[in-house]
Amino acid sequence: MTQNIERHKYDIVVIGAGGAGLRAAVEAREAGLSVAIVCKSLFGKAHTVMAEGGAAASMGNVNDNDNWMVHFRDTMRGGKFLNHYRMAELHAKEAPDRIWELETWGALFDRTKEGKISQRNFGGHEYPRLAHVGDRTGLELIRTMQQRIVALQQKDQRDTGDAEKNIKVFAEVTITEILKENGKIAGAYGYRRSNGEEILFEAPAVIIATGGVGKTFKITSNSWEGTGDGHALALKAGANLVDMEFLQFHPTGMVWPLSVKGLLVTESVRGEGGILTNTAGERFMFKYIPDVFKDKYADNEAEADRWYVDQDNNRRPPELLPRDEVARAINSEVKAGRGTEHGGVFLDVSKRLSAEIIKKRLPSMWHQFYELAGVDITKEPMEVGPTCHYVMGGVEVEPDSAAAVGVDGLFAAGEVAGGMHGSNRLGGNSLTDLLVFGRRAGMGAANYVKTHGANPVSDATIEKAAARIAAPFTRTGGENAYALHQELQEVTHNLVGIIRTGPELSEAIEKIAELRKRSANISVSGDRVFNPGFHLAFDLDNMLLVAESTAKSALLRQESRGGHTRDDFPGMNSTWRQVNHISSFDGEQVNIKAQPLPVLPKELFDLFDVHELEKYMTPQEIAKGGSN
Amino acid sequence: MARTLKLRIWRGNDKDGALQDVSVEANSGEVVLDIIHRVQATQMGDLAVRWNCKAGKCGSCSMEINGKPRLACMTQISAYPEDEVITITPLRAFPVIKDLVTDVSFNYKKAMEVRAYEHPVDLKPGDARMEQVDVERSQEFRKCIECFLCQDTCHVIRDHEENKKSFAGPRFFIRIAELDMHPLDTLRNRKQTAQQEHGLGMCNITKCCTEVCPEHIRITDNAIIPMKERVVDVKYDPLRWLGSVIRKRDGIL
Repeated sequence: MTQNIERHKYDIVVIGAGGAGLRAAVEAREAGLSVAIVCKSLFGKAHTVMAEGGAAASMGNVNDNDNWMVHFRDTMRGGKFLNHYRMAELHAKEAPDRIWELETWGALFDRTKEGKISQRNFGGHEYPRLAHVGDRTGLELIRTMQQRIVALQQKDQRDTGDAEKNIKVFAEVTITEILKENGKIAGAYGYRRSNGEEILFEAPAVIIATGGVGKTFKITSNSWEGTGDGHALALKAGANLVDMEFLQFHPTGMVWPLSVKGLLVTESVRGEGGILTNTAGERFMFKYIPDVFKDKYADNEAEADRWYVDQDNNRRPPELLPRDEVARAINSEVKAGRGTEHGGVFLDVSKRLSAEIIKKRLPSMWHQFYELAGVDITKEPMEVGPTCHYVMGGVEVEPDSAAAVGVDGLFAAGEVAGGMHGSNRLGGNSLTDLLVFGRRAGMGAANYVKTHGANPVSDATIEKAAARIAAPFTRTGGENAYALHQELQEVTHNLVGIIRTGPELSEAIEKIAELRKRSANISVSGDRVFNPGFHLAFDLDNMLLVAESTAKSALLRQESRGGHTRDDFPGMNSTWRQVNHISSFDGEQVNIKAQPLPVLPKELFDLFDVHELEKYMTPQEIAKGGSN
Repeated sequence: MARTLKLRIWRGNDKDGALQDVSVEANSGEVVLDIIHRVQATQMGDLAVRWNCKAGKCGSCSMEINGKPRLACMTQISAYPEDEVITITPLRAFPVIKDLVTDVSFNYKKAMEVRAYEHPVDLKPGDARMEQVDVERSQEFRKCIECFLCQDTCHVIRDHEENKKSFAGPRFFIRIAELDMHPLDTLRNRKQTAQQEHGLGMCNITKCCTEVCPEHIRITDNAIIPMKERVVDVKYDPLRWLGSVIRKRDGIL
């Protein structure tokens, strides 16, 4: 039977066609290798298009005090110093070049008066740093790289007569398994969503760039694609996940109407001057400035308002605190009974900006609220609440090459990779993360292939992968994938959500295990032709592994930090900061082990005021002053 | 709040199919895509529909609702009277794969035929300087989410398969216009190729494309008509052609 399967041979297979996947593909192709890009949606539809605010890069176009060191410090602070320092360092150093490079491929960012790329303020960034195009920056990134790939294909067409000779997009294909032979990567296996027919890619290197896990949760800003496929594929291929307890609940998702609950309201609304109030009319964020941020954020309205015109002599408004702080504050206000009838708070930009400026700077937000909620944001406030937005945890990688730790030939970049953002990601750091590490993954994989060569896939491996795809059709009267997915979302929402406790996490772990047992008995109605029930069966399997990894890591971490808040262990603990949680999969279940966090080298340690570091580090670490 | 909605959904494949009646619960504030998902989860587990962001930003859930090309995620059910039966069919201009999912590969082929952006060879990364007002002209077209509703509604290809070979369609006219108006692009004669290779002349500016665009891009007024006018100018007046080249170079400085 393995003879009839659609087969392809490439040097590199990239799974995922969002920002990281496309950037990786461009890099690998330019290094002279052949690349297949595989994605679940049509080309150009990836979740990256949803990124609104911008791409953080210290170009210093608006404030020339900015540089990579300031950006690095902001990123580490935002992540509460749990970041892999080397990733944060590479990201801060390389982000400007990655943005400028997009311009050479035709991207059109908004401009400053001098004609440079404009940069806007965002939560946690000391200076205006986000390159943007109105509030559709992600779309600009995707389109630019999509068109860059077309440009490379046109060149191949001219040079060889075959546009798809060296780079080809396989749209609407789901990968169900990463294949290994002799302990090394050999390819990937999956099916075409349009007709269910199976497809084999033989390639010595695979780059995972599958994005996030939001669909594991009930209220999320993520599209259907965010089902943790890459996280689960990596685990099953023998790679590790790092720090899966850290999930970012974006503070401002829409809370009404029901159909768009969770849909993102860009942080740019706050960056442009939007304020948060409760039903008592109180601008409540002043109450929630944590000690570690007291010297950077205004504690009164007058100073906060002055900051918009004079940033050198005033502290920032507390609405621009890192996302985890704002999300928790909104959660507390609603819990205290000061929320709206739909369970949110008010976000208002209408009092500060004119209707004309709002429509110009926040066009898609105006559109989104007007069309979907009947709310005119130039006249009235929005209702917002936290929504599951981003997973900081992900595949454990070597920072410089994006190589997955422990599996030769496997690479990961973008949201699916862990470490870069620590316990909490700053807004705007994701788009440049995609570019910086997408490129590095492309380079890393290219270098690997050049030194390793082909690794053919055996028939036995193919048969095993094929059997798994056929299985749900062989059962009748089994579990319904839609119903199981809903049950999983209830468990994660209620027990592994924004505020967690030990007993609830233990309960979640049991329930997830039960759901996984039941999911082995999923049956699918209909045939293989574009059958969403069949597709969900595989997505669900991935989400269950992700949820297990998150719940188990969360139970072990007895502190609150960034995107992990324990009601029974409030507050950060310097000892816990020295620990990463590593998930691995033994074929039966996810196991977690504690691993020491890489120590900040002296030259990076010295970029900080030691008094600031004292808030995060143990006295022993401070005394040591970084590694040498 | 809840009401029972009557739908007529087209189900079938590339060979045959038919409208099927279905009743389903609906809540206020829901959009057509929500309703389709409920039908999927409760009555037709294998109903095929393409979607992604559910926020009007990715352009995946294009279909025809009561005969009008629309994004299902941006179509409120409250727009339809209580007793109306809502008819949902796949895009008509493209071959059906299954149910509401069509094969839109035509558009990706056409994308491949438009010559890519060409950056000035001597302009280094980071050195570009452009006025906001100059980038805005092309930015309007870069708002395109590639939902292909304009392609679906365009009567040049909607019922004329034979025209597809020589006609790129509105989506790609705005792509050409975007590059033509790009302050830095160095490739010449984009308008002329639009006319000669991409079928610009077949458009008779009925503005149907502009009407269905969910991003409200003024496809006809801001892209197609200006290109048509200038193609005519250039055809008859070489001095104007020279002038346009010089103006474009000025933009780089």
